[in-house]
Amino acid sequence: MAQIIIQTINGLVNGMVLAMVASGLTLIFGIMDIVNFAHGDLLMLGAFVGATVLTVTGNFWLALLAAAIVIAALGVLLQVTTLRPLIGRDPLTTILATFGVSLVLQKYALWQWGPSVRQISEPVPGHFTLFYLEYPWYRVATALLAGLIIGALWLFLKYGKYGIWIRATTQDRVMAQAMGIPVPLVHTAVFAIGSAMAAASGVLFGPFGGVTQTMGFDFTLRAFIVVVVGGMGNLGGSILASIFVSLLEAYAALVVSPAQAVIASFVVLVLTMLFRPTGLFVPTPK
Amino acid sequence: MLVLDAVHAHYGKSHVLHGVSIEVRAGEVVGLLGRNGVGKTTTLKAIMGLVQRTGGRIAFEGRDLAGLPPHGLARLGIAWVPEERRIFRLLTVLENLRTGLDRPGLSAARREVVLEKVYRHFPILRERRDQAGGTLSGGEQQMLAIARAMVLEPKIILLDEPTEGLMPRMVAQIREIVHALHQDGVAILLVEQNVPLTLEAAGRVYIMEKGLVRHHAPAAELRADHGVIHEYLGV
Repeated sequence: MAQIIIQTINGLVNGMVLAMVASGLTLIFGIMDIVNFAHGDLLMLGAFVGATVLTVTGNFWLALLAAAIVIAALGVLLQVTTLRPLIGRDPLTTILATFGVSLVLQKYALWQWGPSVRQISEPVPGHFTLFYLEYPWYRVATALLAGLIIGALWLFLKYGKYGIWIRATTQDRVMAQAMGIPVPLVHTAVFAIGSAMAAASGVLFGPFGGVTQTMGFDFTLRAFIVVVVGGMGNLGGSILASIFVSLLEAYAALVVSPAQAVIASFVVLVLTMLFRPTGLFVPTPK
Repeated sequence: MLVLDAVHAHYGKSHVLHGVSIEVRAGEVVGLLGRNGVGKTTTLKAIMGLVQRTGGRIAFEGRDLAGLPPHGLARLGIAWVPEERRIFRLLTVLENLRTGLDRPGLSAARREVVLEKVYRHFPILRERRDQAGGTLSGGEQQMLAIARAMVLEPKIILLDEPTEGLMPRMVAQIREIVHALHQDGVAILLVEQNVPLTLEAAGRVYIMEKGLVRHHAPAAELRADHGVIHEYLGV
């Protein structure tokens, strides 16, 4: 029983971080039809920027903000130079392009920061006793913060003027243009938002597992799985799927080793593709 | 105000417009008639920059539209009501209108005035303002598509088959709104299959056949002599 509760909390915490990564990925896919295979590497670069700023200033929250801003700017640069010219092209073209960007970013990180693991220390100290474990408060704080950021994104999309522009463009690019919405600018802005959220996730996740130049791939893969399971381009679906898949992995880790538990998410992916390829968490079309 | 001069357009390799020349003057309602597939909708899409233009010139108030970004047309005062209506289905009615209302340079007061005016013309949209666009009936979606164009406060509206598939009561409402827009001095380029409506609403009419304008006459003339209509449209 105690183990189940512990794993539920673990699953929720991991799920919230994953949801933050996946919401950027799904937003970008929804509006541009681009699967961004460099998404996890933006997260990785964000984590490195965060670790660097933390070393210099000693302030975690400043590091979080700086990483988000720097990576958002990088996202703008990437989108304008690499992806904007490819919009509307064969999906394979954009997959190859973003995959190439992913490799470049990884090698850059290796060159800039070296192969060793960087540690980000927890900004929220302390533990609380959870049965036989000392559970760090920071993990709980991370889940809450991720929830707040996702909530803010949702409110912005729902009520903000530019949120409506983003949703209109996602639904019908041509009509949005006819209504005077500057679609290329909206695309770039969405890419920047997605990049910033990835970077922030990287910094938040840093204290869990350390920062390495290869950490991005794992996130890209996991985020991609939940985006597919949640229904491509469906923000709410991706968030639910993140929590669902993370909980499933956490429970699976009770039975098999944590490394094997990852298989659970692949099983969900395959089953989704077989039986409900539009996604698990999308309303049934009427 | 809007001038198309020998416009050619292609869909991929197929040549759809073979040199269309049309003019719409400020505040004028101009009809564009023709059988299915003669290029009426394509003509409107060419104006909106949505098909590949392969020849000719399109100018609005003397300004060539080539090279203008697609979102620039709304700012110039050109609004488009497409045949498929293209409501943002997951956006509410009010959010659909906000896509046009939330533009830079529109003051909050002016915004209210514009929204009120649209609601006055289409009271049903006020009632359904918080309902998703996709849940509206076909007629209501058409009202919303026209209302969405109106909030741009355009100088010209490109209106593509607004009465297609609508009940007679809705058709009557479309006729009224076209009349009201005309009273307001908004020019309209009206593509229609409904000949009586077009001849009644428009001042001048162009008749297209196989990607070309074949005939051009004042509506009054066509009303008096049905031979031309019969020849080109078979009705």
